[in-house]
Amino acid sequence: MTTVPLLDIRDLTVEFATRRGRVRAIDRVSFTVAKGETVGVVGESGSGKSVTSYAVLRILDRAGRIVEGAIRFGGIAVHAATEAAMAELRGREVSMVFQNPRAALNPVRTIGRQIGDVLIEHALATPATAKAEAIAMLKAVRIAEPEARYHAYPFELSGGMCQRVVIAIALACRPQLLIADEPTTGLDVTTQKAVLDLMVELARERGMSTILITHDLGLAAAYCDRIVVMEKGVVVEDAGAIRLFTKPAHPYTRRLLQATPRSGASVRDLLPERRPPPPRPANGRPLLEVHDLVKEFPPRHGAPPFRAVDGISFTVHEGESVGLVGESGCGKSTTSAMIMRLLDPTSGSIRFAGEDIGAIPAARFARAPHRGKLQMVFQDPTDSLNPRWTAFRSIADPLFRLAGMRRSAARLRVEELAHQVGLPAELLDRFPHQLSGGQKARVGIARAIALDPKLLILDEPTAALDVSVQAVVLNLLVDLRAALGMSYLLISHDLNVVGLICDRVMVMRAGGIVEEGETEEVLRHPRAAYTRALLDAIPHPPAPPALQEPAAAVAAQPVAASA
Amino acid sequence: MARRAKAVLVGRRLLQAVPALIGIVIVTFLLTRALPGDPAVYFAGPAADEASIAEIRRELGLDRSLPVQFVAYLGDLASGNLGTSISTGQPVLTEIVTRLPASLELTLTALILSMAVAVPLGILAATRPDSWIDHACRFVVTAGVSLPTFFTGLALVYVFYYLLGWAPPPMGRLDILTLPPPHITGFYVVDALLARDLSAAGSALAHLALPAITLGLFTLAPIARMTRAAMLQVLGSDFIRTARAAGLSRRQVLFGYAFRNALLPVVTTLGMVFSFALGANVLVEKVFAWPGIGSYAVEALVVSDYAAVQGFVLAMALLFVALNLIIDLAYTLIDPRMGLAD
Repeated sequence: MTTVPLLDIRDLTVEFATRRGRVRAIDRVSFTVAKGETVGVVGESGSGKSVTSYAVLRILDRAGRIVEGAIRFGGIAVHAATEAAMAELRGREVSMVFQNPRAALNPVRTIGRQIGDVLIEHALATPATAKAEAIAMLKAVRIAEPEARYHAYPFELSGGMCQRVVIAIALACRPQLLIADEPTTGLDVTTQKAVLDLMVELARERGMSTILITHDLGLAAAYCDRIVVMEKGVVVEDAGAIRLFTKPAHPYTRRLLQATPRSGASVRDLLPERRPPPPRPANGRPLLEVHDLVKEFPPRHGAPPFRAVDGISFTVHEGESVGLVGESGCGKSTTSAMIMRLLDPTSGSIRFAGEDIGAIPAARFARAPHRGKLQMVFQDPTDSLNPRWTAFRSIADPLFRLAGMRRSAARLRVEELAHQVGLPAELLDRFPHQLSGGQKARVGIARAIALDPKLLILDEPTAALDVSVQAVVLNLLVDLRAALGMSYLLISHDLNVVGLICDRVMVMRAGGIVEEGETEEVLRHPRAAYTRALLDAIPHPPAPPALQEPAAAVAAQPVAASA
Repeated sequence: MARRAKAVLVGRRLLQAVPALIGIVIVTFLLTRALPGDPAVYFAGPAADEASIAEIRRELGLDRSLPVQFVAYLGDLASGNLGTSISTGQPVLTEIVTRLPASLELTLTALILSMAVAVPLGILAATRPDSWIDHACRFVVTAGVSLPTFFTGLALVYVFYYLLGWAPPPMGRLDILTLPPPHITGFYVVDALLARDLSAAGSALAHLALPAITLGLFTLAPIARMTRAAMLQVLGSDFIRTARAAGLSRRQVLFGYAFRNALLPVVTTLGMVFSFALGANVLVEKVFAWPGIGSYAVEALVVSDYAAVQGFVLAMALLFVALNLIIDLAYTLIDPRMGLAD
C-alpha cells in the first residue's frame, strides 16, 4: 500500500460484559479501507461484522468495550477520541446505513425533518435553509416528488423508499466513509439492486469509501473491490473480490462459497461432503387444484377495493415441488394463506385431494378432516415457536390437538420425527432460546411433518438462516420429500432457492401469475420480461472453479457470460 | 390531506363517546333502582305511616313503571335537576359544582407535581441504568407506593404544621378569615389570581401544598416507572442508533427522538394514575378536611343518600369519559400512525 489508508483498524478487540462474564465479540481484527475503495465485510451471524462497524463509530451498546487495538480514521485515533470529537466525526465524516430501514427511522418525525436534523447538527444548514437542503437530498436519492415526500412519515413509505431516506441521512453531510450494515436484507431483489446501485453511484460521485457489511457473498462480489471474510470474531481472509472467488485460501471461505446458492449448482453441491443426488419422486394425481382464485380486500379510507390475488389457477401434483415466486405485495402470501384456509377467498375454488376445501369457512377449517394433511413451515424459525414450550412440546402440539395422541405415544413419535429431521434427541427438552437457528428450523419442520401431511407449504423457510445452515436445511427438505412422498408449495422471493428444490415454478406479480413452467426452463430461458428483470437483479458471484466438478464447469460458462 | 384525515379521526372519536354517555345514564339509573332500600321510606322519615309513604312514593314517581321513570329521569337530567341531598338539604348539582373543582384542583396539582419529579427521574434512570440515580429512582418509587396516603399525610402534617409551623392547619381550602374568591373555575388558586386577590391565592396555595404533595408522592411511582421502562425500550431501538450514528447531539437524541416515542405509554399511565388518584383522594380529603367530592360521596353512601350517590356516580363517569377522550386525542397528536391502522 503506497498511501495512508482512510480507515486503519489494527488488532481491534471488543468485549461485552454479560451475565456469564466477559465475552469477546471480535478478536484482533485488522483491515484497512483506502480512499475511494469499496470493501465488503462478509460473514455469518455472530461473526462480529456489525460489532466491528459499531466500534468504528463508537456506538457499541453500553455493555461493549474496546479492550485492545486501534482504529485510525484520517489522522484521528478513534479508539481514544473524546465523546465531543466523536460527535463531530459521526455523520459528518463517517456515517452509517442500517438493516431494516423502516425501524431505522424515527416513526413520529417526518423524513424531511430527520434529514434536516443532521444538516443542522453539523452546521451545514440553518433551520431556515434545512428544508430546501433536505429536499435536495431527497432528490439526490431519487425519491419522486421530493417536496411532497418531505412531509411523509416513515410508515407512509415502502421499505425501499425508507432505505433511500436512510441513505440520504447518511450522505447529507458528504462524509468520507459510508458503512452499510446489511442495507438490503429484507428488501426485494429488484429493490436491492436499485438501492445498491444508487449507493455505489453516489459514493463514486462523491469520492467516498464504502464498507458493505453483508452475509451475501454474491452481493459483496458484485459491488466490492476487496472482501474481508470474518468468522467468529476473527478475520480469516482479506483479498480482492475476484481473487477471493477464484482462489479462496481459507477453508471457511471455501465452505461459505460452496454453501451459497448459485445458478448451475444443485442442492447437493452446497454441502461440504458429497452425497448422491436425491431421487426425484414421480408425479402422481393432482393433489391441489386452485381454480380462478380471487381475494379482494374491501375499500378503506376512500381507496378502491384492493385485489391482492386476481384470478389465479394452478395445480400441484402428488409428490411434486412447486415454487411460487414474487416480490413483496405480489399476493403470494395471501395465496398461501387462502390455501392454508386461514383466509376466505372472495371467489374461486381450492380443491385438495378431490374435496373443495375452499368452501369450508376458514374459522371452521381447524376441525376439518383434511387439516392434518395440509401443513406449513414458517419464515421465522424463532417467532414461529412458542417461547415457553420445549422443542418436544412444540413438535407434539399437532399430535395432541389433531391426532388426540397421549403423552407417552407422542414422546415416541416426536423422537422418531426428531431423528428424521436430524435433531439430536437430547435437544428436545430445550426451549427455543437455547437452540440455534438451524435447530429451530428443524423443530418447525418436524412439527409440520408430524401428521404425515400430503402438502407442505414452505413460506420462505430459509430466509432467516445463515447460508451454511440454509444449505443443510434445503438438503433436509429435499430428502424428506423423497422419503415421505410429500408435495411442496414453496413461497419465496429467492429464485436461487426455488431453483434448488422445485420441479416447477410460478412467477407472480400484482396478483396474477405471469409465467409458469419447469424450473430449469424458466430460470434459463425466461419468457416474461418481469422474470428476466428478477433474474437480472440477482447478484452473480464469479463461479469458483476450485469447487466445480468437470461437468459443472462447462455448464457455468454461459452463466459467467450473462453475468 | 393528512390534516383532514386527522380532523375526521377526531370527529369519529368524539362520536364514539356518545354511546358511552348513553350507557352511563342508563347504568346510573338502573343502579340506583337496584340498590337495596326504599327511598320513599327514607324521605318520609322514621315517624311516617304506610299512607304517607305511599303518598311520597307517588310524589317521587316511584310507583310508575321503569320506562316511565326513566323518561322522567332523562327530563330531570336535561333540565340539570339531579335531585336534593337528604343529608345536607342542598340540591345535588350545587354540591357537585362546588366540590368537584376542589377534588380536581387537588388531583391536578398533585399530578403536575409528581410529573415534574417523576418524568425527569425516569429519563435520568433510563439513560444511566444501574447507576446511583437509577437506584435512587427505585428507592423513591418503592417508598412512594408502599406508604399509605393517610400515613404520609399525617406525617407531613406532624412535621410541617405541628413541629415546624410552616404549613397552615389542615382544615379545608382557605384560612377561616379569608373569603373564597368569586366562582369562575372553582379552582381557588386560579380564581383568586383572576380576581387579583393575592392574599387569598397565597392562602389557597398554602392549604393546597401538603395534600397535593401527599397525593403526588403516591402517584410518583407508576409515572416514574413507566417513563423509565418506555425510555429504556425506545433507547434500545434502531432509530436511536441511526440518530447516534448520524452524530445528533445527546440532547436531540434524548428529547427530539427518544422521549416523544416514549410518551405514548407515559400518557396511558397518566390517564390510569389520574383515575386512581381520584379514588385515593378520599383518604387525603379526610386527613386534610378537604371539601372534595370523595368525602361527599362517602358520607352520602353511609347515610344511603341516593340522589347524592347517583349524582356522584354520574359526575365521575362523565369525568372518565372526558379523560379517555383527552388521552385518545393526545395519542393522535403524538403518533402520526394512529387511526390509520384500523
